[in-house]
Amino acid sequence: MITTLDTPVLSRVTDKISFKDFNLWYGDNHVLKDINVRIKSNIVTAFMGPSGCGKSTLLRSIDRMNDIIPICRIEGDIVIDDVNIYDEDVDVYELRKRIGMVFQKPNPFPMSIYDNIAYGPKLHNMGKGEELDRIVETSLRGAALWDEVKDRLHESAFSLSGGQQQRLCIARALSINPEIILMDEPCSALDPIATIKIEALMRELKEKYTVVLVTHNLQQAARVSEMTAFMYLGEIIEFGSTRDIFENPQNELTENYITGKFG
Amino acid sequence: MKKKTSEKLVFSFLKAVAAMIVVVVVGLVGYILVNGLPVLSFKFLTKPPSNGMLAGGISSAIAGTLMIMILTMVFAIPIGVGAAIFLSEYTDKVDPRIIRMVRLSINNLAGVPSIVYGLLGLGLFVLFMGFRFSVLSASLTLSFLTLPVIIAASEEALRNVPMAYREASLALGATKWETTRNVVIPTALPGIMTACILGLSRAAGETAPLLMTGAAYYIPRFSGSIFKQFMALSTHIFFMSTQSPNPSLTRPIQYGTIAVLLIIVLSMNFAAIIIRSRYRRRFR
Repeated sequence: MITTLDTPVLSRVTDKISFKDFNLWYGDNHVLKDINVRIKSNIVTAFMGPSGCGKSTLLRSIDRMNDIIPICRIEGDIVIDDVNIYDEDVDVYELRKRIGMVFQKPNPFPMSIYDNIAYGPKLHNMGKGEELDRIVETSLRGAALWDEVKDRLHESAFSLSGGQQQRLCIARALSINPEIILMDEPCSALDPIATIKIEALMRELKEKYTVVLVTHNLQQAARVSEMTAFMYLGEIIEFGSTRDIFENPQNELTENYITGKFG
Repeated sequence: MKKKTSEKLVFSFLKAVAAMIVVVVVGLVGYILVNGLPVLSFKFLTKPPSNGMLAGGISSAIAGTLMIMILTMVFAIPIGVGAAIFLSEYTDKVDPRIIRMVRLSINNLAGVPSIVYGLLGLGLFVLFMGFRFSVLSASLTLSFLTLPVIIAASEEALRNVPMAYREASLALGATKWETTRNVVIPTALPGIMTACILGLSRAAGETAPLLMTGAAYYIPRFSGSIFKQFMALSTHIFFMSTQSPNPSLTRPIQYGTIAVLLIIVLSMNFAAIIIRSRYRRRFR
């Protein structure tokens, strides 16, 4: 594994999420093997690899969404800001409040646009009335959706297009004021125009948040991320600055994947 | 050529079978409504039976049936929906053998003949718990009878809620119960309501369990107390057609009573259908 951190763009950022000898099993299936990765704040870190390589599982380990799968078992640590999130005294609900998650398919709740955004803040008593209105507006602005929906906040979220729904889901993830945004192939169900908008959004989001992106779209990783990891069969094959990974891959597997020999 | 003939034959047979079902339902309902509707009048619906049960209305039976259904709803819905929520949302941390046992019990409960529920009610509520022959005993018995329907259909509705909704809520830091309460149940609510209505409409027409838990042949005025005996539409039909001193003279009353019962049950089923179709539309 090669890590290159001396690129100028990376100098102002700090370690946010560190995987330390992290292993994960679903039953007997060893899904993640000895993961050691440091994810930096204020950049986009992309995990790419063929289907089934464990990249989504890795992402879901960061906000402990794998906890809901009974047969899931882990070993090793994931440290966020010096705290191992798998320690017994970590409050998983507090942890998830610090992390926003965007899923593969847009999954707004069957509620109004407003209620979709207000859901999280209400859960955590972050405000009501005008305060809540302001959180909703800020979140929708953060996801570049405000101007499109400001006159129809109380219409069903399903009245939005697919791309708008996904930006609504991003706004929902922003509503709880997180530090980290996890995105699990957020554009795989979207058309190219909607994809461009979401990618532009990712570039903005990294100013304030640590963004972790899972994608099987190579171009997307190249376009939006500063750091890229290539995963294969549950292992991180190569991790480094996106430019290095794409222009000068050290591992043959990475090179074959990038040049389209498999994937 | 031969293949084509057999294909045609099978198709016409299936078509005939399907048509037969419609004919039976329309014929039955139509026959009852044709004979029953002329009997219905404001007086028939609001006056108790009179003249030794040979004349008068069925107000006490209507009141009894409505009261029993409301009480059945009060008992059966919380337990039934609660069990469904448990089975759909909370089984992952429970020993699968326990879950299997619960499911087995529910399936068996659904297959038990209603007269057996009647006997259970008689033994458990009327005698053992001392509720005597009463609206309470009858309602408790009917709640047992409707539970399997409510549980099975509610669980189905809850399971149909996409996993993605639950994940979205959990990822925002909601607990499992917050997720269930704020997202899963509201989304499944139309389905749960349909389940409850179908369960109740099944209970509305039950006769045997009521006979064993407190239905009376004649009560001049509905008492309003849940600890007293009652008249119900279904048992009234049974009494009028088998126990009356002159069954042929009470025929109009029988038709009228059946029509009222049928209208109640069918309109409940119709409501369930409407709610369900709206629910489908919401899921795109």
